[in-house]
Amino acid sequence: MTKLSFFLGCIAPNRYPGIEASTQKTLNKLGVELDDLEGASCCPAPGVFRSFDKTTWLAMASRNITLSEELGDDILTICNGCFGSLTDANHMLKEDPELKDDVNTILSQIGREFKGTQDVRHIVEYLYQDIGADRIKEAVTNPLDLKVAVHYGCHLVKPSKERHLGSVENPTFFDELVEATGATSVDYEDKMACCGAGGGARTAVVDTTLKLVDKKLDNMEAAEVDCVVDACPFCHLQLDVGQTEIKKKFEKEHGMPVLHYSQLLGLAFGFTPEELGIDMNFTNTSKLIEKVRGGAK
Amino acid sequence: MSDSIKTSDFDQAFRDEVFEEPGADKIALCFNCTGCSSGCPMTEQESEFNIRKFLRMANLGMKEQLLNSPYIWYCTTCYKCQERCPQGVQNVDALLKIRTIAVENGIMLVPHKKVGQLVVKFGHAVPINDDTKEKRKKLGLDEVPPTVHRFEEGLDEVKKLIKIAGFDEMVAEEEGGK
Ligand code: SF4
Ligand code: SF4
Repeated sequence: MTKLSFFLGCIAPNRYPGIEASTQKTLNKLGVELDDLEGASCCPAPGVFRSFDKTTWLAMASRNITLSEELGDDILTICNGCFGSLTDANHMLKEDPELKDDVNTILSQIGREFKGTQDVRHIVEYLYQDIGADRIKEAVTNPLDLKVAVHYGCHLVKPSKERHLGSVENPTFFDELVEATGATSVDYEDKMACCGAGGGARTAVVDTTLKLVDKKLDNMEAAEVDCVVDACPFCHLQLDVGQTEIKKKFEKEHGMPVLHYSQLLGLAFGFTPEELGIDMNFTNTSKLIEKVRGGAK
Repeated sequence: MSDSIKTSDFDQAFRDEVFEEPGADKIALCFNCTGCSSGCPMTEQESEFNIRKFLRMANLGMKEQLLNSPYIWYCTTCYKCQERCPQGVQNVDALLKIRTIAVENGIMLVPHKKVGQLVVKFGHAVPINDDTKEKRKKLGLDEVPPTVHRFEEGLDEVKKLIKIAGFDEMVAEEEGGK
């Protein structure tokens, strides 16, 4: 059985635990064992911390990586932000011996050392490259009759100099994984557009970032999808909580159900919406849940 | 920022500092094609935010205007501009470098400081709350996740690292509660 150490980050375990539960359930079903990364912290969030102070960012990120080095597992992230932060830190330290020495001087004060033995993976990229859409299709017991708007999020594919996942303007790998569940990935205008949350922008100027996500939701609605499927709890929050904020501030109702890929996959594997926490969103998801129940065999 | 530009505003050392970031120096090759700013989702919503203009200001060494602009914090780091620039300008990396210099000069937005304080205290930018604890229980997960929230030794390590880097002081509340 393949083993990975499960890096939770902040938003999934502390706001959307359904994503955490769904990841465990679905990966176990695919023969992947997830070890807890005990005592892991914030990745830390790249947009804010990386530009504030590189030393703090690198020290905290490398400490998280040393936890997985101890277990001898590669790290599994379920968030584009964690993926970006930990991948970038891991690369930088692996490639720059001087920087690695500097960071290890700091880490030695807490009895740790960055060795550079493990890789950082993102659930979508891992499923696509190591498991494959075909194997997922074979494992599906409850093919989904859903129209889905796929939201890649920016940091899954960009900056491409550090990601190497192919086209950044027209990628297809995430769509293939969504379609492996039986669902249809529906194209919509400006599909690769940003949700607005990253770079510390949501924290700094939430109302302006809501205009970005509002437009994104309009475009999804125009494509008449049943739900949006994302790869990142922070996009997830911006898309889901964002709808409650848009309602309050712009008096506009969207009612778009938001799922993380692990939750969509969980439905296709026959888990109930409640087991996957799909009913725990801040925007009502009951219509989608009804539709999934109605279609279940 | 419609005031006229004065050459006395130009700070060569600031430009050099921004250019330390790999690919930021390519700003000098910018031929103003507007590929970066015209596709920017933030500019579409807030025209005062303009990555092309900001980087040209950096190239001129307009330190004070840039560091004191509230708009340098609007970028979502979606990297669309950087992927598109035909001249290979690392636009986002350059803007993040400008932010770093702002922070070094004691300029940080209050909401960002608050997030920093959460990390200093809890090791998480988004700490757990009671509502989520309930949800975790319902899902059959442990009420408190196996992160620094559960492992105090882990949190102590993170706090030590933050102290060594001086990050706690960087985000500390100023006297007078600014
Ligand atoms: S895309 Fe590059 S060359 Fe074109 S205006 Fe922007 S920075 Fe200049
Ligand atoms: S990275 Fe920032 S400046 Fe570039 S397109 Fe995205 S929001 Fe605009």
